Amino acid sequence: MSPTQQQVETARELLASLGEIGGHIKGDDIAHLEIHGNEVVGAHLVPGLDVDVDQIDDGIEAHIRVRKGTRLAKPVHLCFGMLPEEGLQHIVMDVEAEEDSYASVQAHCTFPNAVAITHKMDAVVRIAPGATYEYFERHLHGKEGGVIVVPKTKVHVGEGARFKTEFELIKGQAGEIDFEYDVDCDAHSLLDMIARIWGRGHDKITIREVARLNGEEATAVLQSHIAVKDDAVADVYNSLAANAAGARGHVDCKEIVQGAAVARAVPVVEVNHPRAHITHEAAIGSVDSRQLQTLMARGLDEEAATDLIIEGLLG
Amino acid sequence: MGVLELKNVSLTLGGKRVLSDLTVDFWDGHIHALVGPNGAGKSTLANTIMGLPGYTDITGDILLDGERINDLTVDERARRGITLSWQEPARFEGLRVDRFVLAGAKDKSTETARHVLERVGLDPDRYLKRAVDRTLSGGERKRVELASILSMEPRIVLMDEPDSGIDVEALNRIFDALADFKDRGATVIMITHSQEVLKHAEHAFLMCCGSILDKGAVGRIDDYFGDHCMPCDHANQPDEDELKGDLA
Repeated sequence: MSPTQQQVETARELLASLGEIGGHIKGDDIAHLEIHGNEVVGAHLVPGLDVDVDQIDDGIEAHIRVRKGTRLAKPVHLCFGMLPEEGLQHIVMDVEAEEDSYASVQAHCTFPNAVAITHKMDAVVRIAPGATYEYFERHLHGKEGGVIVVPKTKVHVGEGARFKTEFELIKGQAGEIDFEYDVDCDAHSLLDMIARIWGRGHDKITIREVARLNGEEATAVLQSHIAVKDDAVADVYNSLAANAAGARGHVDCKEIVQGAAVARAVPVVEVNHPRAHITHEAAIGSVDSRQLQTLMARGLDEEAATDLIIEGLLG
Repeated sequence: MGVLELKNVSLTLGGKRVLSDLTVDFWDGHIHALVGPNGAGKSTLANTIMGLPGYTDITGDILLDGERINDLTVDERARRGITLSWQEPARFEGLRVDRFVLAGAKDKSTETARHVLERVGLDPDRYLKRAVDRTLSGGERKRVELASILSMEPRIVLMDEPDSGIDVEALNRIFDALADFKDRGATVIMITHSQEVLKHAEHAFLMCCGSILDKGAVGRIDDYFGDHCMPCDHANQPDEDELKGDLA
């Protein structure tokens, strides 16, 4: 069914709020889906990718399937968002990446005018043996935050499969972010997760990542790069368990703290096999003084130097 | 009169006199070398000129073009044209080379970033989008740091052991950069333990125990490298008590 003029306008406005990124979603060979509130306002699919969307009261339920052996050459663009100042958007997502498939998904969540918006996501992702599924979630919020972001995701990474995910706030103030990943990894699989968030004002950031390397030679890297200033608070809970021979993992948490902000990191690393290995590294504190001095010796004042260091850390 | 003058500069750190009544002129457009044993105060002097935290509580005056700059912060001094390259350049996780080399650039265009990387012998196509982190070798980081200084077009460059931890190719690029600075009329003050590096200077100061023992043409100081010391009253690695005794 063709979208109405109103839906076209809404989709255009949503994409415009993404700035330069929105302009990339063009061309017949690029799959995309735009959801405003609980309404599909734009969509385009490509062969090998099935997407079914059902409307629910406060959001949508999406079933996404990347068919066996399909290799999507270009990223799939998802855009979730709400243009009003208030409301709830609940995304229920069921993803299946079938055997030997490849898909890279760029999910942009945009709430440019948010004052009191809740963005909830409950996702289940199954990645079949030999498949690769990448999910890059980029958030664009308003200047004052005003968003509560609560994504909960359960992932199963099959034998020899790969799952890579990034969570990044690229514009605006975080508001309240409470995201949770729970991942099981089979033999020879690869898990790579990174979160990059800059909290300001009264932002509250909570990251909970749990991963279990259940199969032989499974590997995982969990990274959290957080910067908080003013009165923001960040809590990072990483838990990584290696339960099989040759399983290897690394947990890396870096948090820069300024002003009255507070950062906490609670890593749990667990090894249940004599031939498994997990490492952990955490650095929490002020900006590195040598980095700061180097940039100040190039003429940047302290604030500009700090911003540049944080920009690097947050990628 | 030098572009940069130190007049009776002394600094005490943790109860220890680390710079002792230094009066020095650094001439405009010259390459100066500071040589001397470990602990002589060479890096301390560079840090003091740059105004790094912990090195500002001095007596005496630091003058740039005759104007006292003691109370200026690091970035204020940098904006007046003074900069420092460290013996071991900092790593910046995630910060891209192009962003780093343009941080203090007068012209912040990509062309500038490409140009300064080429001047230190790094292929811009390979390096511009890389991060200034542990994926770069020590020599690469040193060259990237030098590129960031070139883009500033500084007037006074303090270089702490420019040859430290780098290979011959990188060292040659650093010599090229020294020539570049000189061509642009900049003043270079480099700290070195290397006779090879010293050859690229025009004027040298021999430091020991926070004092200037000797100064003059490079050849005059060159003898220092014969036995890594010059006749003086100080031990090579002075301890605090010895210093106090010397300074009493």
